[in-house]
Amino acid sequence: MKKSLWVAAALLAAGAAQAQSTDTLKKIKDTGSVTMGVRESSGVLAYTLGDNKFVGYHVELCQRALDDIKKQLGLAKLDVKYQVVTSANRIPLVTNGTVDIECGSTTNNASRQKDVAFAVTAYVEEVRIATKANSGITSISQLNGKSVATTTGTTSVQLLRKHERATGVDFKEVFGKDHADSFLLLESGRADAFVMDGQILAGLIAKSKAPADYKIVGEVLSVEPIAIMMRKDDPAFKKAVDDTLKGLFKSGEIAKIYDKWFVQPVPPTGAKVGHPASDATKAAWANPNDKPAEDYLKK
Amino acid sequence: MSSNWDWQMYCRTTTEQTVADHCLGSGGDITYLQWLMSAWGWTLSVSVLGLLVALVVGALIGILRTVPDRRLAMVGEVWTEFFRNIPLLVQLFLWYHVIPGIFPALKAVPAFALVVVGLGFFTSARIAEQVKAGINTLPRGQRFAGLALGLTLPQTYRHVILPMAFRIVIPPLTSESMNIVKNSAVAFAVGLAELAQYAQQVSEESSHFEEVFIPVTLLYFLSAFAINRLAGFIEKRVRVPGILGAK
Repeated sequence: MKKSLWVAAALLAAGAAQAQSTDTLKKIKDTGSVTMGVRESSGVLAYTLGDNKFVGYHVELCQRALDDIKKQLGLAKLDVKYQVVTSANRIPLVTNGTVDIECGSTTNNASRQKDVAFAVTAYVEEVRIATKANSGITSISQLNGKSVATTTGTTSVQLLRKHERATGVDFKEVFGKDHADSFLLLESGRADAFVMDGQILAGLIAKSKAPADYKIVGEVLSVEPIAIMMRKDDPAFKKAVDDTLKGLFKSGEIAKIYDKWFVQPVPPTGAKVGHPASDATKAAWANPNDKPAEDYLKK
Repeated sequence: MSSNWDWQMYCRTTTEQTVADHCLGSGGDITYLQWLMSAWGWTLSVSVLGLLVALVVGALIGILRTVPDRRLAMVGEVWTEFFRNIPLLVQLFLWYHVIPGIFPALKAVPAFALVVVGLGFFTSARIAEQVKAGINTLPRGQRFAGLALGLTLPQTYRHVILPMAFRIVIPPLTSESMNIVKNSAVAFAVGLAELAQYAQQVSEESSHFEEVFIPVTLLYFLSAFAINRLAGFIEKRVRVPGILGAK
């Protein structure tokens, strides 16, 4: 955390001095290279295999978009550089030009849209409840007086707080320092439920000692569009990326790519996440849009 | 990109993000300022209670390590080496995850109590080391003189050895007391809502990293420095003229 802060601070300083190039396509053409921002561990959306190799659903979508851009610009070779980003430094790195396209697990929301642009949404995350299969819990209203685990540093913490206040359901929050830790709280019985992004819950359950002992239950607590992030005010680059995605949505190929990462065994261990596309995700494919999370709440 | 600081975030409520009057939330709703203060409260509570545990246990173990009875001294040695040679974070995980796995009844114990005990025992090993060093600094003749005068061993400790030994170890104990404030940040790992947890959560929630970390840093500094000054005051008050450089 500390390290990333220093990096962010240094970049802020550097960014102030450095002139911004908003024409990313021109930059790609001139330099023959592009920098992709990736995450080390964001479920199957973006993760590392070690040795500077990055894979995942969003990483693959970005690679396809960059392939199309390479053809469009008539480049013989496009050098894709990978830059690891964290939730703390991803926005500064995009705005100051270090990263051209960020392919991780960034929620598209209104406050971020002031600083950056997002490609059309290819994945909609649903916040869900995981519990022990024999707990008898089927809804958030049954969590009254129960212990609920969630991970420090995620939007789920805020979501639970709002929910508690809005509905008067009173539960005891216990915080894990990371997702594995929160799952341990559920596993050891310290927490009765674990509230988190559906994809992360599915992945943790799949990797647990006894996957049949857990299930994902209840209503969807929140939906958030997770999208590929780019610099603001660069319509040509955004259009190029969007066109690739829209093409995949239209041809139906997106379903195959989704299946590859979220349903089939994934490298390096061949574990299965087992998280078929939700209705919200399918809706985003049917009607390509870059609406922020706030618009999803209005429905 | 210029820095656009937004200190007003402290007056916003943690649920609806609206700016509250006087920076105080109402009807069970709290602002980030109130959350920060509550987090500071947890840090101070853990530190102060942990320090009490550490001082009491550490002094006892330190004394135990200097008594003539070999078996008792051994108990003190084992305690010190055990708690001194395992990283604090690992100790907290042992208290939180491993020991309740063996004794399920301990799962009902709140994380706060476990952190106080964990932090207290860890620091007690270090304090025991200093108390032992303080006692061993005194010439052995003082102990023999006390016993020769007809005092029992506990009386010799109470009236001859400890009054001097404790004065000698005040400066290193001050450092230990300041360390416990800083070490309390590991409580974040077991989900206690203290300053480090606050910093982690709120910086992610608000994306205002500087505005979150600067006050947290200052509060840690302030807490540790207050202990330093308090210890300095105690040291001055208990000084015996003519020894240890006192005038």
